[in-house]
Amino acid sequence: MIPRFRNLLGTEPLNREQIEFILDQTRPFQEFQRHPLKKLATLRGKTVALAFFEPSTRTRISFATAASRLGADTMNLQAESSSLKKGESLLDTVWTLEAMKPDIVVMRHSSSGAADFVARHIDVPVINAGDGSHEHPSQALLDALTIRDRKGSLDNWNLTILGDILHSRVARSNIHLLSKFGARITLCGPPMWIPRELESLAPNIRRVWRIEEALDGADVVMVLRVQTERMHEPALPADEYVRRYQLTPERLRLARPDAIVMHPGPMIRGLEIDPAVADGPQSCVLEQVTNGLAVRMTLLFHLISAPATDAPHPAKESHASD
Amino acid sequence: MRVVEKRQLLSAEEMDRTLQRLAHEIVEKSGGTADLALIGIRRRGVPLSERLAKSIEAFSGVKIPVGTLDITLYRDDLSTVAPQPVVQSNDISFPVDDRDLVLVDDVLYTGRTVRAAMNGLFDLGRPRRIRLCVLIDRGHRELPVEAVFIGRTVDTSDTEIVEVRLQEIDREERVMLVDRVS
Repeated sequence: MIPRFRNLLGTEPLNREQIEFILDQTRPFQEFQRHPLKKLATLRGKTVALAFFEPSTRTRISFATAASRLGADTMNLQAESSSLKKGESLLDTVWTLEAMKPDIVVMRHSSSGAADFVARHIDVPVINAGDGSHEHPSQALLDALTIRDRKGSLDNWNLTILGDILHSRVARSNIHLLSKFGARITLCGPPMWIPRELESLAPNIRRVWRIEEALDGADVVMVLRVQTERMHEPALPADEYVRRYQLTPERLRLARPDAIVMHPGPMIRGLEIDPAVADGPQSCVLEQVTNGLAVRMTLLFHLISAPATDAPHPAKESHASD
Repeated sequence: MRVVEKRQLLSAEEMDRTLQRLAHEIVEKSGGTADLALIGIRRRGVPLSERLAKSIEAFSGVKIPVGTLDITLYRDDLSTVAPQPVVQSNDISFPVDDRDLVLVDDVLYTGRTVRAAMNGLFDLGRPRRIRLCVLIDRGHRELPVEAVFIGRTVDTSDTEIVEVRLQEIDREERVMLVDRVS
């Protein structure tokens, strides 16, 4: 029996079986990205509402492309042009969208918990495409897929995450997901961005202040973007960040020889990552982007095409006996 | 609703003879084996296509390429399928462009599966020709689709179901006609 889920709000509520189901189901969609004709009619007549209350380029384009390749149409709500600027409440905006009858809502919002809140107030499935510093589950799923493809399995890796963990929903979603697969997790970065509370997110998390120590024995290294808008808080000059925390080829040599390097993007070369690492053989940055499409096609397909209830469906199974 | 077996349509031995005959027909009507390839439709078309290829190899000495097609993404009834659909990979390791393809399935009924399979194939390239081979044609077409190679044609009513059981999947080998009674 396949584990059902109606919404995708985070990786924390998912169990291993559900995660493995999603990852297994991405395979045909990965192959599809290599087809000469990248257009399916599977979700023809379905509408995906892209509700981005916070600016986004890559995630929005990835979901829009995934929807388009499945044959679905999209409605676009973008922060810059939205009525939010005119003072409309989140719920009023979402109800307005819902009144246009989308089949699913993909949303991003600057407040943690926003997707969960919206899911409780509308009748269509919701995919959380990032809520504050809480979760970004589709990113963690595409990261998991990339790790599984590159390393052959998802189990028991030494994961090192570098940078601003405190404000990173990508880090949280990855920690929740990978710890279900036995990951031993090391967090490293400026101490103000790695408070002690993060250790309670999952078992087997440790905080390390020296990058050399954090990289020792790592199988997977995730580099987070330095959110320059946050560098002014307790001031940390960029050159200081580079000196202490930049992932350089010399430092990467401390990790396992077959370690992989990931970055959720947008990547700032020369700040958190040395260009030689970003373009090196251990980098999976572009595979992550391609896998993102496959994961998002999988999510849209399954959340839209799955029957809403567990009740047996009376419809004639014309294909099953065909 | 219960399902009762009405009668057996083919025994294991008859299935084997039928597949042998179909294998010969495919080669004869294709004027040889050049460019020929078989595509099994998941699920039961897959073992059938492999068996056909095996018997073609046995009498002609030629190994025909065999591929597997999953039609889940091409169905026209996704919202009415229960439970959750499961998508599987296609496994076609040769280019379909300019190939002489024979689609293989167990039962031809409404024709919708074949329609979906053709859409799937066209996404992979442009075959020179596509023909259809089925073990059982049970009628009740809803689309203009016909098979060129047919194991057996069976008259059925709408409530009846043709159940093909294959060793590779079902651990038994026969074809039955069953009926739904309420």
